[in-house]
Amino acid sequence: MRFESPDTIEQAVELLNTCDGISRLLAGGTDVLVQLRLALVEPDLIVDIKNIAGMRNITAEDGGFRIGAAVSGAEMGEHEGLVALWPGVVEAMELVGSTQVQGRATLAGNLCNASPAADSVPAMVVANAVARIVGPNGTRDCPVIDIPVGPSKTSLAKGEVITSIYLPARPDNSGDAYLRFIPRTEMDIAVSSAGVNLTIDSAGVVTQAQVSLGAVAPTVLVVDDAAKAIIGTKLDDDAISALQAACSAACNPIDDKRGTVEFRTKTAGVMAKRAALIAYSRAGGSK
Amino acid sequence: MSKIHVSTSINGDAVEYLCDPSETLLDVLRNRVGLTGAKEGCGSGDCGACSVELDGRLVCSCLVLAAEAEGKEVSTVEGMADGEKLHVLQQKILDHAALQCGVCTPGILVAAKALLEKNPDPTETEVRYWLAGNLCRCTGYDKIIRAVMDAAAEMRGA
Repeated sequence: MRFESPDTIEQAVELLNTCDGISRLLAGGTDVLVQLRLALVEPDLIVDIKNIAGMRNITAEDGGFRIGAAVSGAEMGEHEGLVALWPGVVEAMELVGSTQVQGRATLAGNLCNASPAADSVPAMVVANAVARIVGPNGTRDCPVIDIPVGPSKTSLAKGEVITSIYLPARPDNSGDAYLRFIPRTEMDIAVSSAGVNLTIDSAGVVTQAQVSLGAVAPTVLVVDDAAKAIIGTKLDDDAISALQAACSAACNPIDDKRGTVEFRTKTAGVMAKRAALIAYSRAGGSK
Repeated sequence: MSKIHVSTSINGDAVEYLCDPSETLLDVLRNRVGLTGAKEGCGSGDCGACSVELDGRLVCSCLVLAAEAEGKEVSTVEGMADGEKLHVLQQKILDHAALQCGVCTPGILVAAKALLEKNPDPTETEVRYWLAGNLCRCTGYDKIIRAVMDAAAEMRGA
């Protein structure tokens, strides 16, 4: 195994693109090192991107924030502006692992690991987050929703590197939230999860919404029917029930040691309902 | 396999080592540098027994490649005491009998020190969440939490 720590993204792309064997990108390392340890992968090349300029920065851009691919969850949680603008995305990232893991784990890494249960991904998807990708053919932007294509599989081509995640500006009176179900209080992987992002008007009526679910399908799900169920409402009981039912109807989970199909299907709806209420409150709505 | 030359700082001392590309920081601390305070419990970032600070950030050293420490500052449990004088946290762990087998203790000390540097007056809930990634199979945690709360109070008063 070769270890390289290039200074520029061009060098990183060149290294990855010209590697004939298995390569792995290293940012926080909280997934890659576990894979090495368990011998799930035996890479010929590891490319550490943390010495590349900009990778460790959170930068204000057009009313939103660009989060470098090597920014840790802890650094996100300490950034007041980011926490104020996208609290749901930050709280989702902060659910990943322990304090120690938070010191290293990254948003881009959580996305590229492509676990169906990745906590930050449903939150990023409802935030309309966009990944910036640099590859052998130049730079492109891709919505986060289009990155995971199945468990441990992404749409990234050989030599492509996510260099940052962009969380856009949002209208006034907006709120987002992320919740997951786990059978303990910390240090676990989502059995089911939900992200909600919404905006309300001065009367408290929801004017736009996005709803997503995690850990209930091979990839994150966007549930348009659940969003439609709450748009035009003040999140009254009927609207909440319709959102919950739409979420459960969208589920396509597996049975495993962490939860049955039935349990995941039910709890996903409950998580969405509670996340919607938190998002509504964060948007300034009162019930 | 060619070795990588790394220049780093460990507990304030300049240290150089040669390591394999796949070697973890934990392996190098224990096997090449002779600092065996950090323990390997799980090797996969679940137990926290290998906790160290890397540039002031609490991390699991089993999830850091040794090559990544180039130019960084590493702090381990060996750097906590001042000569023969124990750090307040170390003394309080003893006073409260907050250990049995002791494998988790170095990681808990490093993690608790990182917490108190960031938040000198944590609530019990904050201590419990902060230390959620430090597993102890002996004590049931209660004495550890009490020791950290007591140390925090003494350090605030000092």
